[in-house]
Amino acid sequence: MSDQNNEHHGGYYTGDVHNQFVPEHYDPKNRKKIWTTFWILLAVTIFEVAIAFTSLSKELLMWTFVLLTIVKSGYIVGIFMHLKSEKKSLQYSILLPFLLIVYFIAMAIAEGNYLHKMF
Amino acid sequence: MGWWYFSLWRKLGKMFMWFFLVSDAFTFSSLLIAYGALRHRFTDIWPAPGDVFTHFPFIHGHVPLAYVGLMTFILIMSSVTMVLAVDAGHRRDNKSVAVWMGLTIVGGFMFLGSQAWEWYHFIHGSEKGAYILSDGRFARTDDLEPGKLFIWQNHQKTIIEGAEAEKAIATSVKNIKGANLIENEYGNTPLFGNFFFFITGFHGFHVFSGVVINIIIFINVLTGVYTRRGHYEQVEKTGLYWHFVDLVWVFVFTFFYLV
Repeated sequence: MSDQNNEHHGGYYTGDVHNQFVPEHYDPKNRKKIWTTFWILLAVTIFEVAIAFTSLSKELLMWTFVLLTIVKSGYIVGIFMHLKSEKKSLQYSILLPFLLIVYFIAMAIAEGNYLHKMF
Repeated sequence: MGWWYFSLWRKLGKMFMWFFLVSDAFTFSSLLIAYGALRHRFTDIWPAPGDVFTHFPFIHGHVPLAYVGLMTFILIMSSVTMVLAVDAGHRRDNKSVAVWMGLTIVGGFMFLGSQAWEWYHFIHGSEKGAYILSDGRFARTDDLEPGKLFIWQNHQKTIIEGAEAEKAIATSVKNIKGANLIENEYGNTPLFGNFFFFITGFHGFHVFSGVVINIIIFINVLTGVYTRRGHYEQVEKTGLYWHFVDLVWVFVFTFFYLV
């Protein structure tokens, strides 16, 4: 596995018996994108703490927090974890199972409310 | 045969990490969903997080949620340094990878330290703690407002003070200070403490594992393992795990502390 092999831009060779080429998408603009993401995450977090003690209704606050949390996780998974630039098939196999979690949340909260009402 | 397996693992390593993270996310989801369900079940007696997490180092007074906000900032920051390490790896810049990895480890230790501080204050609790009154009501005290009793019932706050409060304390059945797995002074349910210890503890253990893994990779970077190998995929895989820990904290922050 010589270093010359890996001078190739846009990927690297595995260096084992197969010496396969693994494509990589290096973008020099990445660093700017990373810092932009950081500022967005920070601003959203500060905003969340700031509105937590306003007189907004509890319902509205909760849905705002849920929405902002999904926005934040979108940035972390999409930019920091590079899921945005992965293959479609990988994206779907990672994200689709979480539809079951949405179903689970709906069922569990309904159950909690029911138990509260009945006992 | 053996070689074939190893090359397969190397090629699919990132995908396997992703699938592990999906399963781990399911575990955390289950914990948080159980928290949500039981909080809805005991909504009348569940403490408001804004009344519980009010401490901040060197500040005398209530600064609700500021400290967890700071912890969130620390973890997001260490996520940024991690992604910069991965980015430097793409440029094959070993020295930058080492610097950013080192900073990520520092961030991890800072977060763990913050969590230890948070746990200490949660377990230790306030000076006077909470009382279970003779009529079964649960009354909290506030160190900054001595002589007053605060009773939360059905989202309504009642304050007793003066002679009435003294009498209520004198005839109280029990005084609870701090928190453990059986009782806590924050609310009349052990579940609040249990979920706090379990969810933040499980997450903290993930952070600790992440720091250990980061240190191993950091040593590999320093000894030039990835320069010789020619690529930094290992750093990327560790990065995925570290970002996941950050991601989980974003959810814990919202559903345990904010809502």
